[in-house]
Amino acid sequence: MYRYDEFDAAMVRDRVAQFAYQVERRLKGELTEDEFKPLRLKNGLYLQLHSYMLRIAVPYGTLSARQLRKLAFIARKYDRGYGHFTTRQNLQLHWPKLVDVPEILGHLADVEMHCIQTSGNCVRNVTADQFAGAVAGELEDPRILSEIVRQWSTFHPEFNYLPRKFKIAVSGTKEDRAAVKFHDIGIEIVKNDKGETGYRVFAGGGMGRTPYVALLIGQFVAKEDILAYLEAILRVYNEYGRRDNIHKARIKILAHHLGADELRRQVEVEFAEIKKAGTLQLPAEELARIAAYFAPPAFEALSDSSPEFEAALKEKDFANWAKTNLTAHKAPGYTIATISLKNIGATPGDISSDQLDAVAQLMDDFGYDEIRVSHEQNLVLPHVRKKDLPKLFARLKELNLASANAGLITDIICCPGLDYCDLANARSIPIAQKIQERFADLERQHDLGELKIKMSGCINACGHHHAGHIGILGVDKKGVEFYQIQIGGSGAEDASVGEIMGPGFGKDEIVDAIERLVDTYVKLREGNERLLDTYRRVGMTPFKNSVYREQLHAAY
Amino acid sequence: MPLIKDGKFAPDRFVFVPEGAAFPEEGGVMVTLDRFQSERDTLFAHHQPVAVRLASNENPDVLKNDLPRIACVAIEFPVFRDGRGFSWARMLRTRFGYKGEIRAVGHFLYDQLAFLVRVGFDAFDVRQDFTIEDFTRAMGEMHYVYQPSADGVRTIRELRADK
Amino acid sequence: MLTANRLRDGEVVYWRKGEWVEAYTDGEVFADPPAADAALEAAKDFVKRNIVVAPYLFDVREDGTPVKEREIIRAAGPSVRRDTGKQTHHDVSFAAPQKPKPRATGEAPDVSI
Repeated sequence: MYRYDEFDAAMVRDRVAQFAYQVERRLKGELTEDEFKPLRLKNGLYLQLHSYMLRIAVPYGTLSARQLRKLAFIARKYDRGYGHFTTRQNLQLHWPKLVDVPEILGHLADVEMHCIQTSGNCVRNVTADQFAGAVAGELEDPRILSEIVRQWSTFHPEFNYLPRKFKIAVSGTKEDRAAVKFHDIGIEIVKNDKGETGYRVFAGGGMGRTPYVALLIGQFVAKEDILAYLEAILRVYNEYGRRDNIHKARIKILAHHLGADELRRQVEVEFAEIKKAGTLQLPAEELARIAAYFAPPAFEALSDSSPEFEAALKEKDFANWAKTNLTAHKAPGYTIATISLKNIGATPGDISSDQLDAVAQLMDDFGYDEIRVSHEQNLVLPHVRKKDLPKLFARLKELNLASANAGLITDIICCPGLDYCDLANARSIPIAQKIQERFADLERQHDLGELKIKMSGCINACGHHHAGHIGILGVDKKGVEFYQIQIGGSGAEDASVGEIMGPGFGKDEIVDAIERLVDTYVKLREGNERLLDTYRRVGMTPFKNSVYREQLHAAY
Repeated sequence: MPLIKDGKFAPDRFVFVPEGAAFPEEGGVMVTLDRFQSERDTLFAHHQPVAVRLASNENPDVLKNDLPRIACVAIEFPVFRDGRGFSWARMLRTRFGYKGEIRAVGHFLYDQLAFLVRVGFDAFDVRQDFTIEDFTRAMGEMHYVYQPSADGVRTIRELRADK
Repeated sequence: MLTANRLRDGEVVYWRKGEWVEAYTDGEVFADPPAADAALEAAKDFVKRNIVVAPYLFDVREDGTPVKEREIIRAAGPSVRRDTGKQTHHDVSFAAPQKPKPRATGEAPDVSI
């Protein structure tokens, strides 16, 4: 993974000092809250329902054991002993004090971490496939470009006061595990007809109040041109993104207003000039230099079949876990292991300090000192020897981190919701927990197959509900929590926005409604269809009819 | 308002002349874009040095043919969060090669000064209580830069290549 | 009632006769809107002095519980982590789950159609 040199280290240290001075001025009143707010947001510090919330950057979801231990320490010392992994691969602490934040940032800087630009109207954390560098079929490790974009966007003087936030994601495989088409800029690594590797650039995707799938803007951008191209898009957005209405300020609004052709034309005017000026051209040596940081570890020469693994499969718990939580690795004898943070009845995506320390130990013992955070709020050990899997699983069981539900219905993506968030309309976590409990039976879960439920406590969609096979949105109806259902969203390469089913359900009705929905899928499915596939084949009507059936009876 | 130019307090060469007001007998004037476009010839003939004050939504592209004769482009920040001025200044410097004064006026923060300088601003209307020490401190907060901008400062990538 | 966050540490606080308290049950319930508005006005001084941020008024019922679920959660702590927040050291009996009130005849069921 990337390692800071003296320059990167100086940048984060300077930032810590800068923020410490901002806090000092704020406490003395030399900065008003209105002036301070964007400055603290650019260091990831929100004011939430109960307290401040600090969002720590996890660039492209990659962490070392040392960093995990430091996060455990910080959560213990300055927070309440736990953190929450987000849909942008970052880690949130829910209880920091403003006066402690400069010190927290200092501790983070000690391990090459920071909270830079994790909020605010600037370019945010660049996210990428959690299986990067490990999965077969990858054209190129998307974290290479992600790191280059991270450096280019950090403290970018021209783009730190954008109309609104700006999110970039990169995918290196045909399968999109980074939801790139729901980002302000999404980048796919592709090959052209000449066999050259380059980037396909999408712009204008997003969730929230007005969800959009991104438009194709750059069919094939050569590697050396990519920063110039991104700069061109950002410049057009900075100049013409709306600033009169916060709900219309994202680039998705501008992009869909102009249309792909006109947006592309404007971008290419800027791009031509920036490219000609030459200062943003990306030389092959620089790409190679960054790529070297992401070179895979020296894998052992192993046979792809492992007798230890095969023997362990006879044990039911291990077999269940292996069925859902393992993904094929490009190197023989290795596998990718997903550690689900979605225990039945726990808070989705949360992890305790003790668990962070324990996972760090697992990384030392089995993991090549690297772990990934997925945007679906789970952890991933990217390089595990198959023969170590039984031992790894045994340790995970001891740590209560062995939920065998990756990708299943109880692997719910869920925002903190009204339990924590100032913006929320409804609680999300308890509903997710009730759904998990309803569908806890593992055999039933396996029968339902891949079923992505994504849940948000408000229209800001931090839980990505628009991209859920089943999406659930918490709304406020006259002060009462209600839940609206959507079906048919997908954050993968077949990106689609879910369709709203109809009026919402109270908190005592929503789980039954979801169960009726799921039962309808079971009744209608053909072959190996997932719920998403069935919906795409039969449409909303059968689902709507069965879900609202009882309401019709009750009303009449 | 006090003016900082090139890192020092400096007298203002221009008087802002609002719509409808008469130009002064002598001395440089600053006018809005509208006024500049309707009275360009008069301005250049009788009221040099000339400064044009752009609102945050006014693209300096419209001035490109006149830039050699414009001594100063002032760019307004109606609220510090409105970051369009950063792109306008950058455009003036790198697209049009503008060498005159680019002045930041309106509402911006101490914390934005380093970025403003990077994109090409060299003059600032500052608050009454703002000091040169403040300015110097703002310039020194970050030692390095990752990306190129109008200021031509060597980027980290270039410094790395030097080693 | 009137609430805000303390600037230094983000703690949720409630107005009580010109000062700020941490426990919801210690907070002052205003007799009428003018009293509430007067307190909100007085709170601005605390904002100016950089002691609190974002003060705002919210409604409470006759029995002293907040009308909105949001304020109940804010006064007690996360409903999903009963081991954190104010609920660990303050009386938050007002936040106990309400028993569903018996429906009057003819009243529509608790779903939206």
